[in-house]
Amino acid sequence: MNLFLESVRSALASIRAHRLRSFLTSLGIIIGVASVITVISLIQGLSKSVSDQFTGLGGNGLTITAHNEYKDVMRGKINYLRFEDVEQLRVRTEGIRELSPMFNPGLSEVRFTGMSATAQVFATSASYQEVDQRYARLGRFISDSDDASARRVAVIGEKLIEDLHLPQNPVGQFIRYANEWFKIVGVMEKRGEIFGMSQDNYLIIPFKTGQSIIGNNTKPNLRISVAVRDLSRLEETRSRIRGVMRQAHRLKPEERDDFEIESADQLSKTFDSLSNTVTLVMGGVVGIALLVGGIGIMNIMLVSVKERTREIGICKAIGARSRDILLQFLIEAVTLSLLGGLIGLAIGYGLGVGIAAMIPDFPPAVVPWWAVVLSVVFSGSVGVVFGVVPASQAARLDPIDALRYE
Amino acid sequence: MIRLQGVTKQYQMGDQAVHALQGVDLHIRSNELVAFIGASGSGKSTMMNIVGCLDRPSSGAYWLNGREVATMSGDELALVRNQEIGFIFQSFHLLPRASALDNVAQPLIYRGIKLRERLALAEQALQRVGLGARMHHRPNELSGGQRQRVAIARALVGKPSILLADEPTGNLDSSTSLEILALIKEVHAGGQTVVMVTHEPEIAEQCQRVVRLRDGRIISDTMPGTPAPAAAGSAA
Repeated sequence: MNLFLESVRSALASIRAHRLRSFLTSLGIIIGVASVITVISLIQGLSKSVSDQFTGLGGNGLTITAHNEYKDVMRGKINYLRFEDVEQLRVRTEGIRELSPMFNPGLSEVRFTGMSATAQVFATSASYQEVDQRYARLGRFISDSDDASARRVAVIGEKLIEDLHLPQNPVGQFIRYANEWFKIVGVMEKRGEIFGMSQDNYLIIPFKTGQSIIGNNTKPNLRISVAVRDLSRLEETRSRIRGVMRQAHRLKPEERDDFEIESADQLSKTFDSLSNTVTLVMGGVVGIALLVGGIGIMNIMLVSVKERTREIGICKAIGARSRDILLQFLIEAVTLSLLGGLIGLAIGYGLGVGIAAMIPDFPPAVVPWWAVVLSVVFSGSVGVVFGVVPASQAARLDPIDALRYE
Repeated sequence: MIRLQGVTKQYQMGDQAVHALQGVDLHIRSNELVAFIGASGSGKSTMMNIVGCLDRPSSGAYWLNGREVATMSGDELALVRNQEIGFIFQSFHLLPRASALDNVAQPLIYRGIKLRERLALAEQALQRVGLGARMHHRPNELSGGQRQRVAIARALVGKPSILLADEPTGNLDSSTSLEILALIKEVHAGGQTVVMVTHEPEIAEQCQRVVRLRDGRIISDTMPGTPAPAAAGSAA
């Protein structure tokens, strides 16, 4: 232990004695670690923000949709969710906080005084607000009475104000959709963008209004959003819903579900796997960078052993054993590469934060703890791996030859 | 204390086998002041290396304080050097980046002595050689004589059995040489066994006992500093 401390002390002294050279030696490691940490911090920041958005996107709950096998669709047998399903679930399922049915009436063109824009239109009930935890920023949301009397009112997303050149406060304006006039009663909170695509170009109309647009004989392709009461019991609630839905659809035990229950985090899992792939690729890059950095360290350590041959001779003459010398040079290599790793970590973190701040709307950079641990461990082991050869060369020197070395 | 018996040393220099030592018998007792003298190529450096446990004889036996060191491994020899031998070299051989104090403390690291104790011992040793005021200077800030004093302090700090000096005044001017020589004699007077290698007869004259080497053999072993009869007891 004592000897170990001595070696660290002497390694630091020798690094301090050659500041510039030590810096240049670990530059390979510094650049390698810095670039990887930069990329990882950006990706992780992005991934965190995307999963945050996805979590918000579907509410903290489940979405029920009809499930159709391709071959059934070809036979003209198409499954739908029914409006009664909503009632059944509301009445019979424990653990549901709020439900809202919604469907897309099909058309997507919205007009305002000669401007036209494409919007995601959906018809839903007043409970949507509670289910998705998304509220009106201006005006109000659709109310139960809007729904009951199928009023021609609409709540719009932020982006439509821009796309249709609506006034900053568009509440009270009339827009045209599906050959009808709709009065804007509210503007929703901003959702932001995912992969540069705005999530705010939508139009919400009351459920019944939507039904009247598609006509009472057309079955809407219904989705039911469910907010659960207790997120930690999501799976339990999911299986309850499944039971109620199977009963409501009168499915026999051997029949398969004609509906699907998805949780919102499935989307974010998809993105996670994508970002993991990118991180893995970066792992490969860091491997190469550290290899190059390690060779740089080995090179300089070999030079350093040559240069200090006489010193090694002196130390051996006054009683250093081979392993003392080995340890000293090995620790010097490890210290060099570890310092490089730490500097790289700091630079990478700085760059990540700086870049994230410079790009507008880019999520803040996040350096996960495992990236810190990995870069320290890796740069340390690079020191060991590439320090062994020079260190054992130093340890093997014959004291007499080493003392005579000029 | 030191006993060499039939020691030979050959080594390869290019295609040529060099017989540096060809059967040396020698016995050095405790608290002797011995000089090895000879021209270059006489084998005195090889003698010094073997006595200092830097090298092993090709054949023959070497007992140091009753231990057979001729057959020890490299790391065992390092330990023996650390504990039994204090080296002084012609060109000082100090660590260039370390202060005088750190240089003197260096051998104690390999004994596992703690930092504070090391520095205290090193300071004592430096004061003993008269360098207490310049302990924190690096070798390149010291004169030749001062550097050699640091080297002597380093050699003595571990309280070795033998002080081994290889041309200790070879790189010094004559007045500094006298100072260093006086210091070595002072150390000897304090009870230290000293072995010196030199090619200068004036320096050898100052020693109790002079061992003259030529072509890898001892050609004379005299005691100019003491009455004549003692010469007989030198060869083992």
